[in-house]
Amino acid sequence: MAEYMLEMRNITKEFPGVKALSDVTFKVKKGEIHALVGENGAGKSTLMNVLSGIHPYGSYSGTIVYKGEELRLKNIRDSEAAGIAIIHQELALSPYMTIAENIFLGNERAKHGIISWDETKTQAIRLMKMVGLEEKHSRQVKDLGVGKQQLVEIAKALSKNCELLILDEPTAALNDDDSDHLLALLETLNKKHNMTCILISHKLHELIRIAHNITILRDGRAIESLENTGQLIEGRIIKDMVGREITDRFPKRTPRIGEIGFEIKNWLVHDPLDEKRVVIDNVNMYFRKGEIVGLAGLMGAGRTELAMSVFGKAYGTKISGSLIKDGKRINPQNISQAIGHGIAYVTEDRKTAGLVHIMDIKSNITLANLRDVSRAAVVNEDEEMVVAKQYQKRLDIKAASVFQKAGNLSGGNQQKVVLSKWIFANPDVLILDEPTRGIDVGAKYEIYKIILKLAEAGKCLIIISSELPEILGITDRLYILNEGRVVGEMKTSEATQEDIMTTIIKSSSV
Amino acid sequence: MKEIKGFLDRNMRQYGMILALVTIMIFFGLVTKGKLIWPRNISMLIRQNAYVLILAIGMMLCILTGGNIDLSVGSLVALVSAMSGLMATTLGLPSWLAICLSMLTGLLAGMWQGFWIAVVKVPPFITTLAGMLVFRGLNNIILDGKTLPLSGLYTTIGTGSVPDIAPNTLPDFLRIGDLLKLQNKPDYLNVTMLIVGFVLSGLYLLYVLLNRKSKQARGYEVASLKSTIGKALLFFIIINICSYWLAMDEGLPILLILLAVLYAIYSFIASKTILGRHLYAMGGNIKAAELSGVNTKKMMFFVYSNMGLLAGIAAVVTAGRSMAASPNVGVNFELDAIGACFIGGASANGGVGTIWGAVVGAFIMGIMNNGMSIIGFDVFLQSLAKGMVVLLAVAFDMFSKSRSRLG
Repeated sequence: MAEYMLEMRNITKEFPGVKALSDVTFKVKKGEIHALVGENGAGKSTLMNVLSGIHPYGSYSGTIVYKGEELRLKNIRDSEAAGIAIIHQELALSPYMTIAENIFLGNERAKHGIISWDETKTQAIRLMKMVGLEEKHSRQVKDLGVGKQQLVEIAKALSKNCELLILDEPTAALNDDDSDHLLALLETLNKKHNMTCILISHKLHELIRIAHNITILRDGRAIESLENTGQLIEGRIIKDMVGREITDRFPKRTPRIGEIGFEIKNWLVHDPLDEKRVVIDNVNMYFRKGEIVGLAGLMGAGRTELAMSVFGKAYGTKISGSLIKDGKRINPQNISQAIGHGIAYVTEDRKTAGLVHIMDIKSNITLANLRDVSRAAVVNEDEEMVVAKQYQKRLDIKAASVFQKAGNLSGGNQQKVVLSKWIFANPDVLILDEPTRGIDVGAKYEIYKIILKLAEAGKCLIIISSELPEILGITDRLYILNEGRVVGEMKTSEATQEDIMTTIIKSSSV
Repeated sequence: MKEIKGFLDRNMRQYGMILALVTIMIFFGLVTKGKLIWPRNISMLIRQNAYVLILAIGMMLCILTGGNIDLSVGSLVALVSAMSGLMATTLGLPSWLAICLSMLTGLLAGMWQGFWIAVVKVPPFITTLAGMLVFRGLNNIILDGKTLPLSGLYTTIGTGSVPDIAPNTLPDFLRIGDLLKLQNKPDYLNVTMLIVGFVLSGLYLLYVLLNRKSKQARGYEVASLKSTIGKALLFFIIINICSYWLAMDEGLPILLILLAVLYAIYSFIASKTILGRHLYAMGGNIKAAELSGVNTKKMMFFVYSNMGLLAGIAAVVTAGRSMAASPNVGVNFELDAIGACFIGGASANGGVGTIWGAVVGAFIMGIMNNGMSIIGFDVFLQSLAKGMVVLLAVAFDMFSKSRSRLG
């Protein structure tokens, strides 16, 4: 009778003040790829944490039935012993260890506590072949790209004889090629080895490509489970996720573009770790006031490096070239000076570099521009409160109060705090690096609206994004970068995804 | 009600600390049969442990930047003491000049370490470990293993009190010390102490009320009148009880004024200035702080230079109290200061902790030091007990944090 491999019945999980899951029932059949979707904060990760023992038995109510038996997990070890493996968004690899060592970390091939390196090596090579990782087993993980690190994680899960593999946003940080490879791998593992997968993702086209069934969560409740019938259900999923139909993913606007506000001329940047390597090669760009300019390119094209080198030399060494703002040459030597010249950079790395998680919303918002709420270097906390509340309202940051710690917010709200910080710094040039990465559909729309408002206010907006539809959806003009060079410039209204990809591929040196 | 709960949640750490302080005080009060809280012993407590407090304030700033500690402060106290001996006694400089030069020595030593840490990027642990050895070595070279006597302004700072402006003018009924049989010495009340305590706490009360009013006038949010007055009044009463207590001994120790001034300055820096905010941001997430324009290099240089300056002040105080510059002064001072910070709620990862916490932590350390001495524990037992308290304090912190996470 065990039609389902896994049944999570009536799971309810509360955190202080928040009901993260309420009465969620989630069922997975043996041998299927089951997608779990929902906005940030919908409860996907909490549900998977319950399943993997991170939230132990007793801290939630409801039952988990796995392969016909009730599971009462005390910790992750228990779930691993049961054959459940979870791969988190943040990879848990040890950077200075080799691929083989990482695969068997915590599960060493050993007798009486002494590691058998021959066995480790042989098994590692076998597993690496299984996941299609073409590398030497003795390479250190820190030298691998994110895509390959992801494969190491999967190999690690396989080494534990896992039968149910949970992947939390596995492609969030991958480029299209790597994502493609990963999805193909999941399909292979599923077909050949009968691996059951639960896949959490924001990228609907991926789910539609490989999932058999899709369950949608919203606000801690399971809305419905659908059989994957192809493209047609995309609209329904989005509707389930946000509770309303989104007809336009991008807000409309009529751009009012002014004169040139910012220029980058003959910009040359070298790699700080290898001074001979050119990372940004003679880049020339201009940005007009009120214009939204996109920087398209594959990962490693140098977009982030370009942005950070412009932002007070936060990246790179032996930088030459000039920056011209409002017709005057500026030469910021550090980030503080760059901010002073009205340049702001919103990092792609929101989790680790965007916010001070242990500080409250208020202090995060004012951090880049404390001067404006201070007199003689003394912070006026009352003034600060006024500013914080104003931004909370203006950007619709959903939080109980501005005293809430930034780390406790959902991804979309965190990004709004980061944006508040930079809007409060009152820049003329605002560089947004992957502004909507890992943010759900509803919040994305709000972020776009904020971006458009800034453009309307006459600022130069520069958007770096790996999602081409996003670049095409909100920018007015775009530059295409490849291998540190500008290889194309087009008006967005005349560009297509195919044009951009073709330009990149044609310009590649190999 | 909800408001109160939110306030308590946000300030749990601080109240927990004060609770711990009071508990330890009562405990030692009981086992010493009340001797610990004799006015005489309270003023001793302040004088003997002033160094912990001074060093803990500086150490807190170091820890805030990211759990960085300064291992060299004990040795630096020794070096500055030696310089004091050299200048005041061997060279015969006037003691005020010697004190200024001593503090300058501390500052320069701190800048020296700040240079290696901020500019050359040698990890603070290593830099200050080296400093610990270097400064101790310098002390021995300067003093040649001998102890030099100190006097003048040194002893005034270390042991002096503000003179009584009107001795024996208070009516008898104010002297409750005899009734309570608080100490085995004739009763006395220092008028200066009483006046200073009353005036300062009164001014504070006035400031709180005026500040609230001016905030209201400018349209900012304010706490309810009841809670504002309640808190200020409580503070007013506590301060006056404390000053009465000290008045029964010699009155207002000069050291206490120094401590209060240092506390006020650093508490202000940490909680009210851009500099302080940058320190917390940097300890919370150094990458995010840097990308927001915080100059982390300058910060590191500042906190370690400042630690040097405070070590210099601690050295003057210590030398003044023992009226000598000696070769083995300052041993394990760094550990007392680091311990005080962690007892006082600092996070080993940085970004969390207050100057107030450092002060409370230093007092807990001090009470244990003196309480155990009064009971007659030997040094080894004292060391064992202090170690366990530091360990348990941090363990309790971790426990309560993981509980709140699991919820």
